[in-house]
Amino acid sequence: MFKNLIITLYLLLAGPVALAGGTYQTPDEFLKESFAGTPPEPAVVWLSGPRKTVVEQILGHRYHALRIRYWRDGARSAWILEEVGKEQPITVGVVVDRARIERIKVLVFRESRGWEVRHPFFTDQFKEARLNDKQQLDRHIDGISGATLSVRAMKKLATLALYLDTVTREQDVTSAP
Amino acid sequence: MKRTTCSRLGLAAALLAGTGTAFAADMPSAEEMWKIIQQQQREIEALKRGQRENADNVKAVVDVAEQSQQKTSGAASWAEHTQIGGYGEMHYNNLDSGNEIDFHRFVLFFGHQFTDRLRLFSEVEIEHVIASSDDDDKGEVEVEQAYVEYDLTPDQHAKAGLFLLPVGILNETHEPPTFYGVERNPVETYIIPTTWWAGGIGVNGEIAPGWSYDFAVHEGLDTSAGDDYAVRSGRQETSEADANDLASTARIRWTGIAGVELAASIQYQQDVTQGNDPNAGDAWLYEAHADIRRGPYGLRALYANWDLDGSGPKAIGADRQEGFYIEPSYRFTPKVGIFGRYNQWDNQAGSNGNNTEKKQYNAGVNYWLHPDVVLKADVQMQDNDGSKNDNGYNLGVGYQF
Repeated sequence: MFKNLIITLYLLLAGPVALAGGTYQTPDEFLKESFAGTPPEPAVVWLSGPRKTVVEQILGHRYHALRIRYWRDGARSAWILEEVGKEQPITVGVVVDRARIERIKVLVFRESRGWEVRHPFFTDQFKEARLNDKQQLDRHIDGISGATLSVRAMKKLATLALYLDTVTREQDVTSAP
Repeated sequence: MKRTTCSRLGLAAALLAGTGTAFAADMPSAEEMWKIIQQQQREIEALKRGQRENADNVKAVVDVAEQSQQKTSGAASWAEHTQIGGYGEMHYNNLDSGNEIDFHRFVLFFGHQFTDRLRLFSEVEIEHVIASSDDDDKGEVEVEQAYVEYDLTPDQHAKAGLFLLPVGILNETHEPPTFYGVERNPVETYIIPTTWWAGGIGVNGEIAPGWSYDFAVHEGLDTSAGDDYAVRSGRQETSEADANDLASTARIRWTGIAGVELAASIQYQQDVTQGNDPNAGDAWLYEAHADIRRGPYGLRALYANWDLDGSGPKAIGADRQEGFYIEPSYRFTPKVGIFGRYNQWDNQAGSNGNNTEKKQYNAGVNYWLHPDVVLKADVQMQDNDGSKNDNGYNLGVGYQF
């Protein structure tokens, strides 16, 4: 019986296995797609001074880098950010337009659980989200059972992108302090 | 007046003419001006080069700083790939059966990433604080998970070792901040039976957006007539477990809408007593549940049913062991939520008139001090056949990290 079950399972999986992949889109492809094929020159925001404090409040810890690259074209900005879900970093692309999230997409997912966060049925909840006065998302994001930490990471990165969009619009920082 | 003005203008013109002559004499020639401009241009270019070099140097320093920030300073290479986590919960029970304070579970997780595709996950648990040979000590030390997982592809995984079985809502995810109620619900405890781990091999992964599966072959139960064939008493806990009759478990899970999980599991075992009881036979477990949390509203519902073959289980009604619960909840804020739960279960549901059915009502509140730290309170009222009720209230604190 076990043998039959295993054979059946293998046949069921043979197709999906061939199609699977953990890098769902490269950052370059995401940027080209977000800026009609021609991304603007990247700029840099340094996570220093008050920005460092706010970023730590949003993430609950320091960001893993001292500065973050971003791409801005008028009121639109794009961000490639990373945050650990349970054990491994999740790479996410976020486009912010006029202080609202236009799109958020999982580019690389390295965890062995919680992969559902990459699907549109989850990421579509972030569309049009903005920050409230408490530097939090202005809406409830429904979670995914068994993917609590991946969901939490996505919410943090969406909040971070909105915050950094705000500070770079107010005071564009393109070089080291 | 007019004459005075003309005199002043004439004087000014004379002064200007004199100064202009002197200024013209000091002016560099065009050739000298050109040299000055060229010199200044060279200085500007040198400054620009210096600025670029400085920027490159700053970038190089920051790159190194970021790399060192991402690593554990001075730690061995294995430590950079090792994760530690855990959870714990302490309960105060004020019930008809007695009052007690118990640090029920203290758990530590250890994970290690050997390569991008190969990892270890383990969980060590101390129940009831002290485990010793002293009969007064109620504790146990348990290894509830210790398996190696390999990514066949990023979405398909194989594992071998000791792992939690993919059945029910709480069996795999039971950190205190993730569920309502001080104690775990009795249906999953006595019917599934949670927490249930086994040694074996398994695969899991995604088969379509929102659809995932699990399949495992593992050690089976070893229950007996002396324990009324109760499935909970049949857990072997991978401790020199009798492996004459393995079991297989499969689960299909749908999470195609955010906040919604629907899942069903099935398990088969050829002999639930590992061949030790000629009056017992094979066993099937069927389980289905919904776990929904949309906005502030939550709903958990679960049904589980065991069918045990053989005249032995049938004689005492243990051929059917089943239960269900339904748990609506409402979260006022991210910090405060309330719930109610109706539980019904029977480990001898195949009997007629044995008064073995149990019913329990729970209502309570969770207060999250932090997303990972929770205070809990609930009341429980039982309405069991035979009026053997255990009523009262429970308080608890739990955490995860």
